Formats: sequence, structure tokens, C-alpha cells
Amino acid sequence: MVRTALAVLVIDENRIRAAIIEAGLREAGHERVTVIHDVTGIARRIAEIEPDVIVIDLENPNRDMLENMFQLSRAVKRPIAMFVDRSDQAAIEAAVDAGVSAYVVDGLRQERVKPILDMAVSRFNAFSRMARELEEARSELESRKVIDRAKGILMKSRGLSEEAAYTLLRKTAMNQNRKIGDIAQSLVTAAGLLGPAEDE
Amino acid sequence: MSMGAEHQITAGFMPLFDSAVLVAAGELGFAAREGIDLTLHRETSWANIRDRIAIGHFHLAHMLGPMPLACNLGLTPLASETIVPFSLGLGGNCVTISNAVWAGMAAHGAEPDLDPARAGAALGALIRERAAAGRDPLRFAVVHPHSGHNYELRYWLAACGIDPTREIEIVIVPPPFMADALATGRIDGYCVGEPWNSAAVAAGTGHIVTVKAQIWRNSPEKVIGVRKVWAEQSPDALAALLRALHHSARWCQDPANHGELAAVMAQSGFLGLPPAVQMPILTGHLQLGGGAALDIEDFFLPFDKAANFPWKSHALWFYTQMVRWGHVEHTPGNLAIARDCYRPDLYRSALKPLGVALPGANSKVEGALRIATAVGATGAGLVLGPDGFFDGQIFDPDEIEGYIAAQQSARAEV
Repeated sequence: MVRTALAVLVIDENRIRAAIIEAGLREAGHERVTVIHDVTGIARRIAEIEPDVIVIDLENPNRDMLENMFQLSRAVKRPIAMFVDRSDQAAIEAAVDAGVSAYVVDGLRQERVKPILDMAVSRFNAFSRMARELEEARSELESRKVIDRAKGILMKSRGLSEEAAYTLLRKTAMNQNRKIGDIAQSLVTAAGLLGPAEDE
Repeated sequence: MSMGAEHQITAGFMPLFDSAVLVAAGELGFAAREGIDLTLHRETSWANIRDRIAIGHFHLAHMLGPMPLACNLGLTPLASETIVPFSLGLGGNCVTISNAVWAGMAAHGAEPDLDPARAGAALGALIRERAAAGRDPLRFAVVHPHSGHNYELRYWLAACGIDPTREIEIVIVPPPFMADALATGRIDGYCVGEPWNSAAVAAGTGHIVTVKAQIWRNSPEKVIGVRKVWAEQSPDALAALLRALHHSARWCQDPANHGELAAVMAQSGFLGLPPAVQMPILTGHLQLGGGAALDIEDFFLPFDKAANFPWKSHALWFYTQMVRWGHVEHTPGNLAIARDCYRPDLYRSALKPLGVALPGANSKVEGALRIATAVGATGAGLVLGPDGFFDGQIFDPDEIEGYIAAQQSARAEV
């Protein structure tokens, strides 16, 4: 027996995250996936797509507008409830923690929708992890650049070797219980305030 | 986070000026003085606030006045029982329209005086003129279907002979996007709190035509919505918070503190807008567009006129409007839910030890006070009202059936 494939609509202003969710849904065999980044004219799009499940990021300030539309609009074929089963508190909490919410056409069976929600939640979490790692890598790179500049200042002003300059920064950081990048930043700022313009 | 605090409370708010009493309670030490470690979370939609109350992330939140009613009446996708022991202020909203609509209204006798009856008559004439010419209906925006904005806009229009369900279109737009939507012609007008009306005036793209404070004097706006389960488990924490909010509200009302309050709200974690933009709501001095300006009495009150008292008559008026516009069916069960949502008893018991003036009743006849009136109350010096509707109507909560029936038959005749 063939069941009609569910139509899934993903509303996310973040294009990268939306692409990750879309890819996940397609890998799981969902072919009727539509992604919308901009909610302008969304009522018409929803009428065309007739989604069974709508996945939306919680940061989207248009949630109130969308909910109102789901409840009133002739575009949505049946009333839409949030999540499949209100009693599934753990699933709802996991979704809100991940920053995602879902609206489901009334009457869909839980076992058909649950995998889609689980997928969205895990992909949202993966995206947050990735964004965090990217941010850490970026600040790591920034701090390495600042340390290089601080070393340069020490080498020039105190006639130290590169290795001795680094050791001095590291020792100072340890003594003050601060990060070496912070010490380097303070030194660069102070040098900028005190000295004639750096040659760098 | 101060580890020694007796109560840990987590609250959500939207970046709107009328979250000020809650924000100031946390930022200026009123909560700490009551032994509360108050953590504030800024949210991006009312739906998020509702969800996070429902799953227990927040104990309480800054909410639209009708929102807790909507939750308890089962009108929202995800909800938990929410009660209202404190109101965050009276007034603060305006109706703003595009320059094109203002030109059309001016041709039909509108004046820059904010008079709801005159403005409504001019708007009605313009709407009929447009309809006769076969033009699309005007599109107005409000922030949420279950909001004071939606209900006061509809009340004003209906009282001026305009059917808001057929003669105009009403859509939902988040407050910070209102002025932009107006400037680009996606909407023709809107009802929202400050500073989003003054924003359109300052940009030269809108005119303020009337204000909440004139449609219904000293009428309810935002409230503190509390997760009922938590309120029942933590009565001491809730009472301490209500006292902190009381002190905060008194401080916010004092003109001597307006500069500091505006500076707190200007921080990016709160409202995030320059202090100058916040002055119209604090002073009631509004630029209306086209060079006109007015001082509006009682434009926004965070404390005076018993602004923090959660009148059951306010909740019941919201309920009558929910019925009027088809948001909920009027049944004895629903009426009981609406009656139990606002909790003046909790407000009263929390504030009693402070010896402050408290209203003697839980409900009042809305629209009965034509002038500011000192009322018999516990404590000294409580002044209420005026609380008149611009059309002279009275809402007596004891005659709620008649009020609902009269509004429904008026609608059927349109």
C-alpha cells in the first residue's frame, strides 16, 4: 500500500541551516520538501504547497503572523496544531531547546511525523554546534594574530627574541590567571595608546 | 547571579517599552531587595513567550493583556494555565496611518487632534469612497490577534460605523517591522505601542490619527502572565516579585527617573533604541506628523491610577471582544475561565504588608468615571480614572450578557 508522501515546508531565514535540514529530510526519503527564507507573500505559497508539516525556527519574529495565518487562512486545508501530541512533553522541550518548532496538520499519525521532528531537532542542534565551533575557530585565529603583534612589540621595545617574547606573555598570563590572548590584546591596546604609531 | 538570593525567578519579555517595569525591577535592584535573583530573557515573538511558559522555561513573562485568557480558553496551539496577578501599565498605543490615507481622511474632515470620533468618521467616508471606486480595502496591522491593539482598533472602527471584518483587512506584523511595512505600502495603517508610531512620524511616512488613551481612557495593555502551577508552588516567591514590581513601577512613573529609565531600556539587551526615541511614551508629548504635536493626558501610566491592579473587569472586557469578533464562543464555562484569569487577590495579599492604597473591589464599571476620582480604598490617596470609552458606552461586568448581546446585534445590522 502506497501512502502519499508528506509535504514538508521549512521556514528559516538562515539559508545554511535550512539547507542542512532540507538535505536531512531528503536523505530520509522525503521528496516533497520546500524551503522558504522570506515570509513575504507566504500565504499564497502555503496554498500552493499545501504542507502537512511546517518546520520553523524559533528566532523568527514572524511566528505570531504565521500562527494567525494557520488558524484563519483558507490557505491551510485543515486546522494546524503544534506538534502531534501535546502530551509528549519531552519532545516539545527538546524542540524548544534546539530552537525549532513545528506545526502539523490535524489528523496526521504520530509515527509519520515524529521522525521529521526528530530530524529537524537533531539538525538544528548540529547546526548550533557547528556555528559554535566556527565561532571558536574564528576567535582562536583572531587571538593568534594579536599574540603575533604583541610579540612584535616586545621584541622591538625590549630587544627580546621571538621565543623570549612569547614566554614573557605566557608567564604574565599564568601569573594573572588570564588568557594569553587577553594579555596580548591589553599590550597591543596599551602600545597603541602610549607609543608613536606602530610600524605594522 | 547572586547565589544567596532566596528566590530564583526566570522571566521572558519582548523588546517593547512597556516591559520597563519588569526590566527595571531586575536592573535597578528592586528584585534583589526582595531576595529575588531575577533572570530576564529577551524573546522574538509572543509565541515563543507562550511556549516557554508552557514548558516551564519561564516562571512568568511580559504578556499582552488578552494573551493569558487566550491560553486558558484553549485558543493557542500550545498553552498552560496562566494567571495575571499584576498589570504593567495603562495606555501606550496609537493608530498610525500612511500619508496617502491621511490625505484621503483630511479631505473628509480629519484634523490632527487625535479625536477618535472625528478621525473615525473621516476614515469611514474614505473607506466608502474607495469601495465605490472599486479599490482594494485598506489593510491594517496589529501585533497579535489576541492583543489590546486588535481589540481597541476594532472597537474604535466599529463604534465609527466601520465593520473591521469586512470593510478593511487586518493582518499581523511584528512591532519593529510596522513602520517599514507602512513605508513600503504593504499596509495602510497599524495599531501598536510606542515607539513604533513615533518611528513612522519621524521617518515622514506616517501620521498618528488617534491613541489608545482616547479610545478608552486608562485602559489595560500589557500584564505579567504567570505559570499557574509555579504560582501555586511558590507563593512566597510570587509575592516577593509583586512587591519588587510595585516598587519598580512607582520608580518608573516618577519623571525624575525618566532619563535613567530610558538609558536602561536603551541597552541592546532590552529595547535597544536611543533614549530620545523613548521620550514620547514617557512624556505623552507626541509628534503626529505634518508638524502637528499634542500633549496627551494619561498617555501611558506604569503606576498611577492603580495601573498595576489586575481588574477582573479588564479581563472580562477582553473576553467580550473575543466573543464579539468570533475568537471564542460565549458559554458559561468560558466566562468562568475568563473571570478566574486575572487575580487581584494575589496582588492584594502581596502588597498588603506595604500599607499602600489598594482598590476595595476586584471589578469596576468601565467607562463610568468621567473625571479622575479618589476612591474609598485601604490605605490612603488612591485616584482612579477617568476610564471613559470615547463613544460614551459603559461596560458593567455584572451586565455582561446584555453587553455581548448588544454588540452582536449591532454587528448584525451593519
